[in-house]
Amino acid sequence: MGMTMTQKILAAHAGLDAVQPGQLIEAKLDLVLGNDITSPVAIDEFTKAGADSVFDRDKIALVLDHFVPNKDIKSAEQCRQVRDFAKAHAITHFFDVGRMGIEHALLPEQGLVIPGDCIIGADSHTCTYGALGAFSTGVGSTDMAAAMITGKAWFKVPSAIRVTLTGSLPRYVSGKDVILHLIGRIGVDGALYQSLEFTGRGARSLSVDDRLCIANMAIEAGAKNGIFPVDSKTICYCAGRSERMPAVYEADADADYTAEIEIDLSALRPTVSFPHLPENARTIDEAKGIKIDQAVIGSCTNGRLSDLREAAKILRGHKVAEGVRCIIIPATQEIYLQAVREGLVETFVEAGAAVSTPTCGPCLGGYMGILGRGERAVSTTNRNFVGRMGHVESEVYLASPAVAAASAVAGELCDPADIAG
Amino acid sequence: MQAHGFVHQYGDNVDTDVIIPARYLNTASRQELAAHCMEDIDSGFTARVRPGDIIVARRNFGCGSSREHAPIAIRESGISCVIASTFARIFYRNAINIGLPILECPAAAGEIAAGDELQIDFDTGEILNLTTGKHYQSQPFPPFIQNIMQKGGLMGSLASR
Repeated sequence: MGMTMTQKILAAHAGLDAVQPGQLIEAKLDLVLGNDITSPVAIDEFTKAGADSVFDRDKIALVLDHFVPNKDIKSAEQCRQVRDFAKAHAITHFFDVGRMGIEHALLPEQGLVIPGDCIIGADSHTCTYGALGAFSTGVGSTDMAAAMITGKAWFKVPSAIRVTLTGSLPRYVSGKDVILHLIGRIGVDGALYQSLEFTGRGARSLSVDDRLCIANMAIEAGAKNGIFPVDSKTICYCAGRSERMPAVYEADADADYTAEIEIDLSALRPTVSFPHLPENARTIDEAKGIKIDQAVIGSCTNGRLSDLREAAKILRGHKVAEGVRCIIIPATQEIYLQAVREGLVETFVEAGAAVSTPTCGPCLGGYMGILGRGERAVSTTNRNFVGRMGHVESEVYLASPAVAAASAVAGELCDPADIAG
Repeated sequence: MQAHGFVHQYGDNVDTDVIIPARYLNTASRQELAAHCMEDIDSGFTARVRPGDIIVARRNFGCGSSREHAPIAIRESGISCVIASTFARIFYRNAINIGLPILECPAAAGEIAAGDELQIDFDTGEILNLTTGKHYQSQPFPPFIQNIMQKGGLMGSLASR
């Protein structure tokens, strides 16, 4: 039986010729990631285990992104602990305020992820890097601690669902709409313990940013990872960023899949996931007219330059509706600077939006845009669970940057075409 | 290894945001995390829970964020085991890694009611509902995982290598 792309990467990192679904393996890691929420717990475990050194200071990335710039004293203490650890172990890829970005936008941008890599991160959206043909998955802090010591992690080899994409995206439809549509079809546990392997001409037609957005939310279908084939767009994206040689793996023609799903990109509409699960996906046509109090554009899902350009295209010449707070968060310093240079930030401020330094803040109800009782947000983030962005009686509607920007202008969920034509 | 306690029951897709909301993630203090366990789905949980109690839920328990604070908060609340039809994969790993016993058993998850008294044997995977007298058989952990659990979690098993 042939292997999937994911199985081939895992086999190579376990030093095996072949692996099968369900097999327990130990794999060598190319990168171990943690943030300011998960690293403190990992560092405590690292210390408790009596470890005095990390396996490779070049293969650990510590990113302060969730509650920075420090939102309160406790957050400051957590960041201090990570900062001290990074200094003590001379961690090469430590990112602090002013250099940091939201981890899953930052690592690909900085060239720390290339095709064929095997990566774990103590953050569930670590699955983002599958967009570049890497195997990457989220773990907890103890796994991170063990990996910082040994450079290895145990995995159960996943089976896979093949998602064949055909056609190409219509105007105002993006990677976000693809993944919300898919989760709507298979549910929040539709790919539980499995890989989502994307393929087809439609996959090749997608930009790297769209692929990053789609792979990012594989976890919202319960998947272990989401992965795209490597093509010239991937190689081109990585070329100027990393000097390491990519390892390109392709699924075997006779690879086994537990299910096959086909999505015609041309037939998709802007899609919105209603509270309180990402699987509650509906088209914008079924969502129009729902009043909002806040619009958030940013996060590891949708805070990239193409997302900001899309939002700016819609906000240009318009004002954020009376009574709506629009918060825009470029995901990295590089994206922020480019947004300033291109005049995107000017467009946002003129429209009446607040523009923030990179942070995960509002996505997980940390700070920078917490919702009060009964308030409703449209957000380009990835989760709309009960209380996710604030009060337990608040609501989050997940959508693309285009829909969030159009809705900010309209004051209610709105089709981008109705604003921008 | 055995567990014995009374049931707190929940439905499908209990996510880690409701198990421990992110507004409390500015600390790794186990006691502080336990003080807010289940707050956004069951505000009476912390007042009701007794040492040894057992959580029983349906599909995809622990979905969402990778925060290990979620199984830590549950364990520190005194919960001795979580039984569910299925677990989200990161929560599954985290529970094993910190030594919180969990069992996948759709039959038990579907029938056991809030307040039932359970007796669990982790070596055999047997769940006995003392309230109704019904037995359920779950798959015991494979030896690989049992070793991690017996050593009190992943770090303990690494230390013993």
